[in-house]
Amino acid sequence: MKKILLVFILNIFLFNKSFALIEIDITRGNLDPLPIAVSPLYVDIKSENYEGIKIKELGEDISKIIEDNFKSTGLFNPLKKEAFVQKPDIAHLKPRFEDWRLIKAQALVTGKLLVINGKLKVEFRLWDLAAAKEMTALAFTTTPSNWRRVAHIISDKIYERLTGEEGYFDTRIIYVAESGPKEQRVKKLAIMDQDGANTKYLTLGNELVLTPRFNPTNQMVTYMSYFRNMPRVYLLDIETGTQEVVGNFPGMTFAPRFSPDGKKIVMSFAKDGNSDIYTMDIDSRVVERITNHSSIDTSPSFSPDGKFIAFNSDRSGLQQIYVMRSDGSGVKRITFGNGIYGTPVWSPRGDLIAFTKMRKGRFYIGVMRTDGSGERLLTENYYQEAPSWSPNGRVLVFYRETKSGSKGEGFTAKLWSIDITGYNERRLKTETDASDPSWSSLLSK
Amino acid sequence: MIRSLIYSITFHSVLVLLTILSLPFMLREPIDLPPIVSVELIQISDKTSIPYAPKARKIIEETKKKEEERLVSEQAPPAAKAKEKPDRIPLPNEMKEDKQIVKKKQNPEEIKPEIRQSSEFEKKEIVDTNEIAALIDKAKEEEAVKQTKTDKITQSTQKNSFATGLTLSQEDALRAQIFGCWSVPLGLPYDENLLVRIKLQLKKDGTIMKSEILDHQRMNKPGQKFYKVLAESALRAVRLCQPLKVPPTGYDKWKNLQLNFNPTEMLKG
Repeated sequence: MKKILLVFILNIFLFNKSFALIEIDITRGNLDPLPIAVSPLYVDIKSENYEGIKIKELGEDISKIIEDNFKSTGLFNPLKKEAFVQKPDIAHLKPRFEDWRLIKAQALVTGKLLVINGKLKVEFRLWDLAAAKEMTALAFTTTPSNWRRVAHIISDKIYERLTGEEGYFDTRIIYVAESGPKEQRVKKLAIMDQDGANTKYLTLGNELVLTPRFNPTNQMVTYMSYFRNMPRVYLLDIETGTQEVVGNFPGMTFAPRFSPDGKKIVMSFAKDGNSDIYTMDIDSRVVERITNHSSIDTSPSFSPDGKFIAFNSDRSGLQQIYVMRSDGSGVKRITFGNGIYGTPVWSPRGDLIAFTKMRKGRFYIGVMRTDGSGERLLTENYYQEAPSWSPNGRVLVFYRETKSGSKGEGFTAKLWSIDITGYNERRLKTETDASDPSWSSLLSK
Repeated sequence: MIRSLIYSITFHSVLVLLTILSLPFMLREPIDLPPIVSVELIQISDKTSIPYAPKARKIIEETKKKEEERLVSEQAPPAAKAKEKPDRIPLPNEMKEDKQIVKKKQNPEEIKPEIRQSSEFEKKEIVDTNEIAALIDKAKEEEAVKQTKTDKITQSTQKNSFATGLTLSQEDALRAQIFGCWSVPLGLPYDENLLVRIKLQLKKDGTIMKSEILDHQRMNKPGQKFYKVLAESALRAVRLCQPLKVPPTGYDKWKNLQLNFNPTEMLKG
């Protein structure tokens, strides 16, 4: 009996002790870029060239693209390769974690590539150096000429694994390539990878082109072009180059955009001198009027679920942003700040709306919640507009015009990107001057 | 039969009684905890800064007087800093680290603007629109932050002084160490529950013997992908930080440690 009692008492004391666990709340960490080592991929072949591609150099090239992608996010700090202590082939099999930790790396990317039956096989592994374990490993097989895309896809997978959100590297940006003096500007449609590589021109530049936008599958682009001074809305198939006119619209027509299901185009045009918002069914070509107001309503943009449309209107006097249901009901003004608001674009995540704001002769790109609260201006300049979202809703691309001459004469237009935190403003590389960018969704999705 | 029933009732009553008497949460209320400030001063007074306490008192009194006289539009961040100082005097052997902690704690805004770096426009906006109003707002904000901070310290001290042997500065040193090691993933959804609880078993030198994510099953639930990333980042932080800055004594008290990682406040700004 005594023993049982003793066990009871002991139990109670032990139970008591378990309550004495120290708890410490960690509510803050650092937002410094994560140090990551991207080892060159090991090339497991003897042949140096394959159809004009230097396979031997691909290992270095792919790792360079991954590094550049990471650097461009501002979230990662790729470490210098000179500090690497292990050869790519051995590191890919089993890294010596302690050696990599010595150079302060927290994650390591290793890989291997080989050509089998004319196909390029690229495999990679992501290692957690602190935990000394593999985080993810994948292999991709493709034609050797597709090696850049493989590099972007690998970057996306790593980004996703380390940040918890979708990547945006395997994407393209379509924009208006501009050249010549302002009075005789030549404007062509151009498309490039998000890192500025693989630029292709889709139109010849005979006609003025404006506001290209991708459809949800990235296969088609809708844009505006002036033919004999008449605005037309076009559909262009990027792969085949087939182009068709979806409609001749009277007066001023603006900014056609696809609905999230890709079946409709939403745009604004002026009928009887009054600009309103319309949708057009792409198959039936039936045009439906969405707004009917004596003011100027333009720049419509669907929410990702297709239930709402954001647009700008001057119905309150100054141009402001409004949100309505996609059938035109329930119009609600969401901006009340000083200045003029325009070009609202709904984030692919659905949580924010990006916009351009003009105030006291300066232009701002900003974001706000969909009810208009939490306005944050991310960047300010002499002239900038047309924000477009990266597919993960973290980065915006827009274009900025600046004076190019030393005396303020002439101007130059370039594409810029900025993180929604207001950090990491970067100029995108383009071959020519560029405006009106539109970011595609993930190509590999 | 009746005999065993009596035994059972007796033992159960004893068990309930002992539980009531010995379980910490039952005892929590009656204990009158000393205020945090005095605990800190006692600790440091052993070796350094003996004259600091009266000096601090003077500073506090002066600041209070100033505050009473102060106009609403006056902004006094330096005074606020000075006021905080006595609460924050580090242990002699942790002087340097604690200084850093104090800095971080006192000015959370120092970090925040970097995180949510506002554009040049926003900065101008503050000056442009109404300078005085902005200054008032700023002063209010600073006071508010200070207030929350003080509350937090009191809470954690209550918890620790009751349940453990870690002092505020020891806890702060540990916390600051982990702050520095934790790279917070940025793709986290703000509205979700972002609490990651990690239980550690430590060696005497502060290295980790065993680490365990307490809500492990959540990592594999659908729609909780972010949780896995977050939990891994927390584990990475702990591993990178080892050996943890633990006190040289009282191993039994801190050999089991629970870290509650939650970046919600930080991400929301």
